[in-house]
Order: sequence, then C-alpha cells, then structure tokens
Amino acid sequence: MIEPIDLELIITVQEGLPITSRPYALIAEQLNLDEAEVIARLSKLKQQGLIKRLGVIVKHRRLGYQSNAMVVFNIPDALINQMGQRISQFQFINLCYQRPRHGEQWPYNLFCMIHGKSREKVLQQLSYLIESCALENYAHDILFSRRCFKQRGALYFPSGSGFSHENRD
Amino acid sequence: MLSSLHKQLLNDYQQDFPLSPTPYLDIANTLGVTEEEVLAAFAVLSEQDFISRIGPIIQPNQLGNSTLVAMAIPAEQLTQTANIVSDFPEVNHNYEREHHFNLWFVLIAHNQQHLLDVIEQIEIQTSFKTMQLPLLEDYFINLGFQLDLESKAEPLLVSA
Repeated sequence: MIEPIDLELIITVQEGLPITSRPYALIAEQLNLDEAEVIARLSKLKQQGLIKRLGVIVKHRRLGYQSNAMVVFNIPDALINQMGQRISQFQFINLCYQRPRHGEQWPYNLFCMIHGKSREKVLQQLSYLIESCALENYAHDILFSRRCFKQRGALYFPSGSGFSHENRD
Repeated sequence: MLSSLHKQLLNDYQQDFPLSPTPYLDIANTLGVTEEEVLAAFAVLSEQDFISRIGPIIQPNQLGNSTLVAMAIPAEQLTQTANIVSDFPEVNHNYEREHHFNLWFVLIAHNQQHLLDVIEQIEIQTSFKTMQLPLLEDYFINLGFQLDLESKAEPLLVSA
C-alpha cells in the first residue's frame, strides 16, 4: 500500500514541477515536508517502479508528429509474450500492451502505438514491423487518430485527482 | 523555431529529470549553459505548448484502476458523445480513431467499483455500449521517445 504522504506527493508533482531554481523546495513547502524528504521520496517511488519515468512530457502533435496510429494484432496466446517483447524493441514503437479480445467484433490482443510525421511513414514502419517479425499470418488493423477531444483530464483521485498514465497521443 | 538547447531539453530529459535540489542548474552544467538559459528555455517550451509539463508518469494500475475503452458511435453523433465522455474527470486521452470503433479513451478511477460506476454512467448518458480493454501485460521497455526535430513534417492528408 502506498503511504498517504507519497500519494499526496505524487498528486502534487503531477501538476508539473515548477520551472524555478528550487522546484522540489516549492513542492515541499506546499506539503509541509522538507526538500530533502521530497527528493528522497520521489527517488524511492521511481526506484520501486511506481513512477515509471520522471521528466519532460512532450506534446507529439505540436512537435510535428501528426500521425499517430494504434496498431493491433491477433497473436496466439502461446506467442504473445515473446512477440510483445520483440515488438516493443523497435525504435518507432511507443507502447506495447496485451489487452483482452472481445469475440468477433474485436479479435485483437496486442496493442502498440506508432507516432510518425506522416501517414505514409507510419504505414512504412508497420510494413517493416510485419516483415521483420513475420507477422503476416496474424490479423491486424491500424487505427489512425483523428480528432483529439481531450488530452489530459483534470486530476482525479480520492479527493479529486487522477493519474497521468502513459498513452502518449 | 526551436534552438538546439530546446531540442536537447526535449529529447534528453524525458526519463530521468534530475532529482537534486537544483535540477535546472544540474542540466545547465551538463549542457554547458547557464541555469537562467535552461529555465528560460523550459518556460518557452511550456508557454508555447511543446511540453505539457515536467512530471511523473505512473505505472498503469499501480494506483487505482484504469482501462482503455472503445465505443462505436455513428458519425453524426460522435462529437456530442465525445463531449459527454470528456466531461467525466476520470477520462483522459479521448480520441477519435478511423475505425468502426471510433471513440477511444482511458479511464482512471481510484478503485474497481469506481471504474465500473463511471462506465455505467457513460453508457447511460450516451446510450451507447462500451468495450473495455484493460491492460493485461505491459511489454514496453521505456527508452524514451527520440524525437526527430530536424526533418519537417510532410503535408497532412488527414486533418488532425
């Protein structure tokens, strides 16, 4: 179980580190902790893996990555771990998850993301992926994103905060 | 235009932002610039919306419960439905995608019951079914997304 102080700390840091000389001291002040404790707790959370990464969260679209595609495959269960690990190593793959199938309407169980500057480039990368991993025999689909209706929610957790999970759109 | 300092800040500090009392000074020392320059560059990146923030990404399902959700909505009702969905504070990353399942979003709640309650509310308020796709396994080894900030984007074929 996460300590209440750590939860509060994560909720506060999620808002974004202040761009000022001593950002952790400012966070500490808000939480009635001291700077060293904030740094120690964040280091521990990162080491434990609860914080997957700490850093700059870029806006891909704004940086020219206008084409982003969710690519999905139907991989036999016996192969999915092996294939997931393999696919995740390609430089242009952003995320790679196993998720449940939903019968005929959704037969796919492996999900990955490709961000590219153009649709053509993304399609080229997908062809390369399929060829390199011998995925030709597995059903796949590609879902390009169109409109973004909401990029990041208001923070929401017990007292009204939420967590930024990685989806990198 | 992005300077080389901007580009370094965007590419090199996605994973391991310094956890020291003076992280911006540490970055400045590494890059051979002044702390003021680093602070100013981050301020520009933030004001001009190139970064959403400097902060943590939480491992999915470590705190609370989350799921990816897809819905198949008739084109003429999509905007309206998407807006209903976006109004839920638990909703994040709400996107239109080119597919029969054309509305995709992530739901994050503080426990499983809360998650189910929100899904039920979304179905009631939109009158459409949801398809839930919770994460079963995360294969991604995060090496950071190396941005190509040199080559220009090719013309768009589809409106973003």
